[in-house]
Amino acid sequence: MVASRGKNRNPARIPALGLRLLVLIMISMVLMYLDHREKHLDAVRKGIGAAVYPVQLIVDAPFRLWSWLAESTVSRNELQLEVDRLNAERLLTNARLQRLTALEAENARLRALLDARARVRDEVRVAEIMAVDANPYEHNLIIDIGSRDGVFDGQAIVSADGVVGQVIKAGLKTAQAVLISDADHALPVEVNRNGLRTIAVGTGEIDRLDLPFLPNNADIRAGDLLVTSGLGGAFPAGYPVATVDAVTRIPQEPFANVTAKPAAALDQVREVMLVWSPPPIVKEQNDE
Amino acid sequence: MSRESASRRLPVIGTLLVGLMLSIMPLPETIAPFRPDWLALLTIFWAMQLPRTWSVGSAWIVGLILDVSYGTLLGQHALALCVIVSITVRFHLLMRVFPLLQLSATVFALLALYQFLLFWINGVANIAAPLVTYWAPVVTGTLIWPFLHIFLTGVRYRAPAGG
Repeated sequence: MVASRGKNRNPARIPALGLRLLVLIMISMVLMYLDHREKHLDAVRKGIGAAVYPVQLIVDAPFRLWSWLAESTVSRNELQLEVDRLNAERLLTNARLQRLTALEAENARLRALLDARARVRDEVRVAEIMAVDANPYEHNLIIDIGSRDGVFDGQAIVSADGVVGQVIKAGLKTAQAVLISDADHALPVEVNRNGLRTIAVGTGEIDRLDLPFLPNNADIRAGDLLVTSGLGGAFPAGYPVATVDAVTRIPQEPFANVTAKPAAALDQVREVMLVWSPPPIVKEQNDE
Repeated sequence: MSRESASRRLPVIGTLLVGLMLSIMPLPETIAPFRPDWLALLTIFWAMQLPRTWSVGSAWIVGLILDVSYGTLLGQHALALCVIVSITVRFHLLMRVFPLLQLSATVFALLALYQFLLFWINGVANIAAPLVTYWAPVVTGTLIWPFLHIFLTGVRYRAPAGG
């Protein structure tokens, strides 16, 4: 104490450093507590997020420029090839879509017969992924639309091939999303073949999901398609999630080791779709 | 006075902005865990050089911005940054006369403390994080420090009225 008072005469000493540090640490702790427990700080987060947005745009710009350059310097021949390919693909999809319309009508009829709630179509909107890394320890991505466009926390994100992830923090003009492969992410799925319900948990590896809660005698095998079951409420039902690629049954263990490969190429997608699904079943219960 | 302080701030804010860009720039999956904590290194340097202008308060704000862009708990990086910056400010005279090797060792200790604080907060808040890769930025940050130090010293003394 005496020594520190003696230092007061030292011109290089910064006044009240300890006090300021203490105050800042206390503010940080209060902030972290509020953020973790209550989620009251969305406005603060959005405010600072708006300030970070230009920086994110600048970081993203070279990648945009590169893809624009790559697009605009393609030879005519290549473009023609791509147009042909897309046309063929469109024909195929259109043909499938025709069948889908018929199936949808049939499904609605059957559901009406069974007195079940009819499934309403989901609304989707395309968003682009910004070339910005968020947290290196999590599988996150940043998309270029935010709460101004109606994005909300917990919203499902899909790509053309399957489920990609869900929004965790919707900013004003951007939103942060977590991929289904993140080690902290789990989503309720069902086996498309027989309706067996389980949970698909991320592993932290971009191309692998775990299904840790399946007993040894569960009817599941490699090649099974997993689709969202819609039970958690976050994801709409019926979107492909992954295909099972290995089932290992060890007799002593209570659960089988089942791994699956995500249907969407999580590290290659550039455009994703955000899904607005119709209000969940809760509302219907209130009506009754 | 205000013009002088503006010219003193410009190089710092400029380097911090570049640091933020480097922190959120996409890297391939394999090397992303080794990304150095650019903003931690930069705030250590500027707190060491200009401890009156760039002290715990500004480090705290930088940390808050980092928290938002990383989507971590609001206050996590802010707390860790202002702790290491306060140590830097307390010992800035000593650190200025350290030879580069010894300074790098000090920076290693500061970065380790920084990661430890982040890790500890994650632990308290029950957020899972990989154990081994978490310490990679400490090593890469220390390795990059000498070059960064030389570069930033150049920035500091070439900037107009930078002293």
